Amino acid sequence: MSQFADSEGSVLRALQAIQETFGYVPDEALDTVAEVCNVSRAEVYGVFTYYSDLRSTLPAPNVVRVCIAEACQASGSDSLVAAIRAELGLDVHAKSRSGETEIAPVFCLGNCALGPAALVNDRLLGRTTVAKIRAALGDPR
Amino acid sequence: MSGSTTVYVPRDAAALSVGAEEIAKRVEDEARKRGKAVEIVRNGSRGALWLEPLVEVSTANGRVGYGPVAPEDVTSLFDAGFLDGAHHQLSLGVVDDHEWFAKQDRLTFARVGVVDPLSVSDYEAHGGLVALRKALTMDPQAIIDEVGASGLRGRGGAGFPAGIKWQTALQAQVGQKYICCNADEGDSGTFADRMLMEGDPFALIEGMAIAGLAVGATQGLIYVRSEYPHAIGALRAAVLLAAESAILGRDVLGSGRVFEVEVRVGAGSYVCGEETAMLESLEGKRGVVRAKPPLPAVEGLFGKPTVVNNVMTLASVPWIISHGASAYRDRGAGRSRGTQVFQLAGNVARGGIVELALGVPLRDLVDGFGGGTRTGRPVKTAQVGGPLGAYLPSSAFDVPMDYESLLAIGAMLGHGGIVVFDDSVNMAKQARFAMEFCAEESCGKCTPCRIGSVRGVETIDKIVAGERRRENLELLLDLCEVMTEGSLCAMGGLTPLPVKSALDHFPEDFGIESVEGSTRGATA
Repeated sequence: MSQFADSEGSVLRALQAIQETFGYVPDEALDTVAEVCNVSRAEVYGVFTYYSDLRSTLPAPNVVRVCIAEACQASGSDSLVAAIRAELGLDVHAKSRSGETEIAPVFCLGNCALGPAALVNDRLLGRTTVAKIRAALGDPR
Repeated sequence: MSGSTTVYVPRDAAALSVGAEEIAKRVEDEARKRGKAVEIVRNGSRGALWLEPLVEVSTANGRVGYGPVAPEDVTSLFDAGFLDGAHHQLSLGVVDDHEWFAKQDRLTFARVGVVDPLSVSDYEAHGGLVALRKALTMDPQAIIDEVGASGLRGRGGAGFPAGIKWQTALQAQVGQKYICCNADEGDSGTFADRMLMEGDPFALIEGMAIAGLAVGATQGLIYVRSEYPHAIGALRAAVLLAAESAILGRDVLGSGRVFEVEVRVGAGSYVCGEETAMLESLEGKRGVVRAKPPLPAVEGLFGKPTVVNNVMTLASVPWIISHGASAYRDRGAGRSRGTQVFQLAGNVARGGIVELALGVPLRDLVDGFGGGTRTGRPVKTAQVGGPLGAYLPSSAFDVPMDYESLLAIGAMLGHGGIVVFDDSVNMAKQARFAMEFCAEESCGKCTPCRIGSVRGVETIDKIVAGERRRENLELLLDLCEVMTEGSLCAMGGLTPLPVKSALDHFPEDFGIESVEGSTRGATA
């Protein structure tokens, strides 16, 4: 944490570093960041709640993000979302979770010519099907 | 033939998403099994994404391509003698001679997919660093004059002349200045920044260093979105390599000049692609839009003069400096000079990167290069310029793709993304999504965007449901006007563009006959 003291503009980076380490940002960490960066807890809380990447709970062991933006819509992301609901029993909404896996929508993964796209942990999928998601979950890289 | 054969298997994220890693492994295993010496180079993607994984083999005649290669094809490729460039059912011939590539005019993307992205020597062998060496001998004003004379405009979407922005930053009499590269490529249908960062990261670094020399900045920052893990990895590796080779650091190429680059990662906010929100985020704050003026070039990051340019803008600079402003300026149409890296996305048969001079008709891109839809159904519309761009009907596809021509028909070029839809798309649904996306991603600073987008979703729902259709249509058009005129930035200001274009061109999808009086409001 000390690397962020006296460094201009470090609140976001401090929160990102905490999440990198723990997988989420524990509530008490907000006080730590406030102290180290010499700003109020309210300010830190404001930053924490603004960014959708930052989270207050531990993620499931597997995180699936399904692109629902325009280019993937054009390539059938609606059908993919429906198939995920039917076959995996998971809604692609908010932070839906079942056992080892959580699934969330995302706006664009930059794989717009090979949609629908999904990110399974750190592995990008193109022309995504439920079968491909299943395979990636079995072998998360 | 002596020594080993060079085989190229891309490491671009899009290529990986359809199995390039597995192909690389199989080629290596198969070569070992057969006692063939191969050197596998993990290049970027050539940009013909429908052909990925595209495997290339270096031969006496040039690089011969095969694609799209499935894992089970690897054995038969070896059987056919692909290491000598022999024919196979997946043969594409010499890739440079392939029609899809031969008809392009690749300047900014000249090296992407060709070189090993993380080899400084490969970069230099393909024209890299010529511009930086030249810029080190030039007066800052001369660099800016050259960029200005090229006609280069901001490729992120706003299209502001790069030379003028740089001039403003140069004139600011302040010690510390910054070069910020906007790599928060959040627009659906765009991926050129990502592909360049993964496929030719040194071009971006070189462009930033030249910008630094031009305006007197010693620190560069690249703000890249967290949804791009492969690009982040490539950039970080490239920055380290550039420092080792003294392209960056305290003594740039032995000149005694200073320029350093830091890679910063976003945290999942679309608005942070707006330049002032990006600066707030780089300052560690909530990524909320700032009111302008002051312009970032006067008071930007931490209140210091800051040049904020998109990846494509900065990566075009080395080509301009090494080939001269007039070579760049000779391409294009009207006040839109040079080339644009178009991105064909969505439901398109041949999706990928098409770099051409500005002014090419949209039809040439969608039907020509793109080959129509992937589903084989008729094209109904293309959304040009990202989620804040207009939906154009296929009858409007003769429009030349340049800033002014698109503006004249109520559309915008944006970042050059083109998302193709077939006739199964419902445009009321797309319009609703545009409002919904705005509601989700609005930073909340200004009311028209924050509240207007929510009301927009509700009003579209009412129109579609047939609830007091005329009155609600009138209300929606009024709302669009308020958002267009009253929002601080393009998020709220341009969201009416997809909504109104959908209404104008496809009123039947909303259950209405036509939209009279809808030409007011939303004209960017």
